[in-house]
Amino acid sequence: MSASEPLIQVNNMTHGYKMAGESMTVLKDLSFTIDFGEFVAIIGPSGSGKSTLMNMLGCLDISDEGSYLLDGQEVRKLSDNKLAAIRNEKIGFIFQSFNLLPKLSAAENVELPLIYRGLSHRERKQLAHEALVKVGLEDRMHHRPSELSGGQQQRVAIARAMAGSPPILLADEPTGALDTRTGHEVMQMIQELNKQGHTIILITHDLEIANQAKRIIRIQDGNLVEDRRNAR
Amino acid sequence: MKLYQSMRMALKSISSSKVRAFLTMLGIIIGVSSVIILVSVGQGTTSQITEQLNGLGTNQLTVNITGRGATTSLTYKEALALGDIEGVENVAPVITGNVTAKHDTDNVSVSVEGITPSYEDVKDFHVQAGRFLLDIDTEYRQKVALIGSGTAEDLFGTDSPVGQKMQLNGISYKIVGLLETKGSSLGGSNDDKILIPISTAERQLQSKGVRSITVATTTADTVTTVKDKLERLLNVKFNNADNAFTVFDSQEMLETVNSTTDTLSMALAGIAGISLFVGGIGIMNIMIVSVNERTREIGIRKAIGAKKFDILAQFMIESIVLSGLGGFIGVGIGVGGSWLLGKYSPLTVSIAWNMVVISFIFSLLIGVIFGMMPANKAARLRPIHALRNE
Ligand SMILES: Nc1ncnc2c1ncn2[C@@H]1O[C@H](COP(=O)(O)OP(=O)(O)O)[C@@H](O)[C@H]1O
Ligand SMILES: [Mg+2]
Repeated sequence: MSASEPLIQVNNMTHGYKMAGESMTVLKDLSFTIDFGEFVAIIGPSGSGKSTLMNMLGCLDISDEGSYLLDGQEVRKLSDNKLAAIRNEKIGFIFQSFNLLPKLSAAENVELPLIYRGLSHRERKQLAHEALVKVGLEDRMHHRPSELSGGQQQRVAIARAMAGSPPILLADEPTGALDTRTGHEVMQMIQELNKQGHTIILITHDLEIANQAKRIIRIQDGNLVEDRRNAR
Repeated sequence: MKLYQSMRMALKSISSSKVRAFLTMLGIIIGVSSVIILVSVGQGTTSQITEQLNGLGTNQLTVNITGRGATTSLTYKEALALGDIEGVENVAPVITGNVTAKHDTDNVSVSVEGITPSYEDVKDFHVQAGRFLLDIDTEYRQKVALIGSGTAEDLFGTDSPVGQKMQLNGISYKIVGLLETKGSSLGGSNDDKILIPISTAERQLQSKGVRSITVATTTADTVTTVKDKLERLLNVKFNNADNAFTVFDSQEMLETVNSTTDTLSMALAGIAGISLFVGGIGIMNIMIVSVNERTREIGIRKAIGAKKFDILAQFMIESIVLSGLGGFIGVGIGVGGSWLLGKYSPLTVSIAWNMVVISFIFSLLIGVIFGMMPANKAARLRPIHALRNE
């Protein structure tokens, strides 16, 4: 992790899908870099390719063309297992629909990535506890997702994303399923995490949300049409 | 560490749908328990038959005479002459028939055997009171009798029969001995019969000859050679008539029983294999359903860092726990059922512990084999496809 090198380096990334024999290009020749500690919002209308881009940045998928260096490492050449390890150690995901496992308690959900990292029982318990305290849910540790409100579920998801202290947090429409007030709480939490040094990539179609970031990348029909620092 | 976690997750997912898990395991449960019960009953019956056959003596042959052609019978003197064959230790010819035995007003229909004194040693059948028959009884056609304990009770109740008189078809006999109680064997009850001298029986039963001869050889090893000699001699005597006699050899019978049992065991193993196979298909079916239902869960797990092996292990363990638990319950029902059958039914049951171990291991294997395909399917799911599945 040399300080001079950017955390994320995307060069000429192109990706398409084939649907019913028809192929369409969703990401068109994207190039940008993101440094450590940045708070970037990726904004664009629905269907513009934001989630597809997030899948690429989150190492959930590999683009058809171009290169993607994460922490100086070319992701496109890595095996599935190596990609899984990168997701586990370097990336925390926050999804619009929370994506918690319904049969596990809040604490068990938060522990899950730590299990796959191979941490001991004690370390896991401690990290999960700390993370849940940070999101203000220590009194809901043993509740299942179905026993929590939407805002609380998203806070559990945030705790899960950050429990293992990954450098990058990827949030795809994290407030999309929440009302304005809880959405605001969640955004504050994300701001706080950025202040603590996490690199945040926030995907949204909502300009008001995007304006809380320090930098905004706008995409439209798969093209990068704007990349600006936020005055704030 | 991770395996322990996977185990916990598997148990959690199984216990969250108990009815479904139970129905899935049912095939294995029925397979394992029925194998154990069937084999236990089979083993018990075999060992009982073996014991009875061994009880007949390993150095004995039984000649049964049906009589065909010109010569239809053997006199008891001719039968006794078989004792001169080399390797024969003793012969006990028997004439059999049925009579009505009467004492005072008590009547009972009972089988009568005309015997020689050698019967005592050859059949290992002794008196508990009085004396056995003697050579002199045979020689002088004495009207003396030994009485079985069952018949004695019918005719005399609790009184001692020794020294008392009874009528066999109206002819008066003196009871000189009460036979010991032997219970039943392959030939039926040993206690409901009357033994009289063979010479007396020839007249009493108006029988032309000996029906059966028990031949004791000097050692168990000479049984086959003696059998050959006996057959040759009797063939000459009966002019090679078909089916004039049979020579029964308990060793040979034992081999027949054993080979029958082996065939039966093979058939049982086949049935067991099929039912476990069917159980395995049930498990595979439910695992495929489970993988499909949990596509999203798999996607989430993969997104946060689960490797292929982690997912594979999770589903494999789930399938093995399902089949293993089914096997375990099956073993419980099988052993319990066998025990109950042994205790409360007339069947002889010997619990087949080897089958318990084999069928349990087999059920675990079923989980491995039939879990492989669904688990592999889960492990290969691509995370974005799994996550898009809403
Ligand atoms: N797995 C896929 N297969 C086929 N088409 C897809 C797939 N994922 C996304 N798309 C299509 O790509 C376009 C961009 O989708 P997405 O990246 O989800 O946009 P956004 O998140 O900005 O709404 C949409 O038209 C969508 O239908
Ligand atoms: Mg989207």
